[in-house]
Amino acid sequence: MAQKRRSIWVFGDYRNYFQNRVTLQLLSRATDLAEKIDAEVCATVFGHEVDEWVGEYIAHGAAKVYVCDNPGLKFYSTDIYVALMERIVRQYGPEIILVGATSFGREFTPRLAKRLKTGLTADCVGLDIDDAGLLVQTAPAFGGNLLTRIVTPEKRPQMATVRPGVFQEIPHNYQATGEIVNVPLSGDLPKDRVRLISSERQASREQKLGEAPVVVCGGRGMGSKTRFKNLFELARVLGGEVGATRPVVYAKWADEDALVGQADRHISPKVLFSFGVSGAIQHTAGIKNTGFIIAVNKNPNAAMMKMADVAIVADAGQVCTALIRELKKRIRT
Amino acid sequence: MLKMIVCMKQVPMVSDLPWDPVTGTLTRDAAEGMMNPACKHALEAALMLKERHGGHITAMTMGPPMAEEILREAIALGADRCLMVSDPKMAGADTLATSFTLARAIEIFCPDFDLILCGCHTSDSETAQVGPQLAEELDIPSIAAVEDLDLRGNTLRIKRVSDNFLETLEMDTPGLVTVATGFFMPRYASMAGLQDAFREPGILTVGARDLGLGEDAVGLQGSATRIVDIFSPVAKKENIVLKGAPKKIVEELFERFDDTIGSLIRKDLKAVE
Repeated sequence: MAQKRRSIWVFGDYRNYFQNRVTLQLLSRATDLAEKIDAEVCATVFGHEVDEWVGEYIAHGAAKVYVCDNPGLKFYSTDIYVALMERIVRQYGPEIILVGATSFGREFTPRLAKRLKTGLTADCVGLDIDDAGLLVQTAPAFGGNLLTRIVTPEKRPQMATVRPGVFQEIPHNYQATGEIVNVPLSGDLPKDRVRLISSERQASREQKLGEAPVVVCGGRGMGSKTRFKNLFELARVLGGEVGATRPVVYAKWADEDALVGQADRHISPKVLFSFGVSGAIQHTAGIKNTGFIIAVNKNPNAAMMKMADVAIVADAGQVCTALIRELKKRIRT
Repeated sequence: MLKMIVCMKQVPMVSDLPWDPVTGTLTRDAAEGMMNPACKHALEAALMLKERHGGHITAMTMGPPMAEEILREAIALGADRCLMVSDPKMAGADTLATSFTLARAIEIFCPDFDLILCGCHTSDSETAQVGPQLAEELDIPSIAAVEDLDLRGNTLRIKRVSDNFLETLEMDTPGLVTVATGFFMPRYASMAGLQDAFREPGILTVGARDLGLGEDAVGLQGSATRIVDIFSPVAKKENIVLKGAPKKIVEELFERFDDTIGSLIRKDLKAVE
């Protein structure tokens, strides 16, 4: 047998394909990492009638795709997928396995890592290769207030689940070719101890302000109720929620449940767009776990502007309108 | 009788913690501890099942001696029995070593369980891995992030949302669930209940030797992963100031930050060519 080349595997998570591109993002990152350790990028696809996804993964960077196709694999199953994955991992010995940190990825991968008796890092926001050729996995802790870099020095494969949206996918390449390995499913499928009684696709659940990853927050500096309404449009375009300061709620530009910064009204978005907010202490206490802050205010000395990553000195209402226009140009649907 | 185990963890109450730069682990003794919020929801789910069907709840934790507090709190809330797994040798355990150690303790001290409940994730390390890995180690089925559950005979019926799919699932006992936050609102312990719980005699505490485990099987030595370093990403705010006409500012904002903002809102914001 020819000498095994090293390989980096990406678990093909194709459910919610159009909203969730994490598998493609991981194929892209795996391609960069593979160059550094001279490895081949492979994808796995478990399911039934999955040719479409196999083609997609090849077009997005997979040199090889391991396919398990069977009517019994139509629905995602932790028990069955772990057993199948264990089998092919033991056969082909990948160096690294990357899985999107979707609900399924975060349920399936821990059991797989345990079955393989190897290390696993959760919900990574960074992946790299160090001088020794190890996968360096950057994972958040304490609500993202700290980042931890983690390696798996000896056990193999090195495994990570990765947060969707961290990496950019490679553009679709129709000319790309890849090898398809149909994994023989001898005999019965592994047993599933969890019975699926029903499964219905839901519209995305309404986000609560406190958990929303994107928040657009407005203060008195928006000027009027009419202009404040533009924030709802901006939030819709960004896929976020609207928050408000106390004066705005008193003025009835926004409902009470949009209030940010009183007891228990804390938000911790990954990104906050703050418009015409001065930054009173009650408000800033409620946003201290925010990731990236973009603040707009005419007054460059407002407290909110000092704690922002990007402080825009301008009229909040005008910037809001310009931002909506520019985003609509850029976001392709 | 339904025999339940609720696995819980004590987590630091503050979010800005000192850490040991040499070992890369958090110096947990510097912070006040509390019961991890998701573990409270798991305990509440167990109490709900006990009220409906009768049953017995063992609250267990692995951690330093001070973590005993959360077991006493669990007693005050309605747990029947506690098990504390504590040993300096167990420090620095990753999820592989933690789930291994918990499984051995369960096999010895509560082998005839029907259901294990864990919180869906902890507020400190946030891996959400220990629950599923404990189930794997015990070779029982598991369902993560459950929002509703009930029992009929030995069958658990569960509802949860997984990647935008509303699922109804069943599994037979013995099994393990991790409980999502927000669906089983935790009750409060009464002051008298807490006082009684803290007056109770010692809690059953077991170490590596009691579990028949060598040093190399637990803690950092039994772990597959190593922490390289821990750092704070928050300290690096640059406070970039943009000025000028709104339209120009917005263009500049996207020129400089399209990748940053795009990844945060999960949309591709690269200018259309």
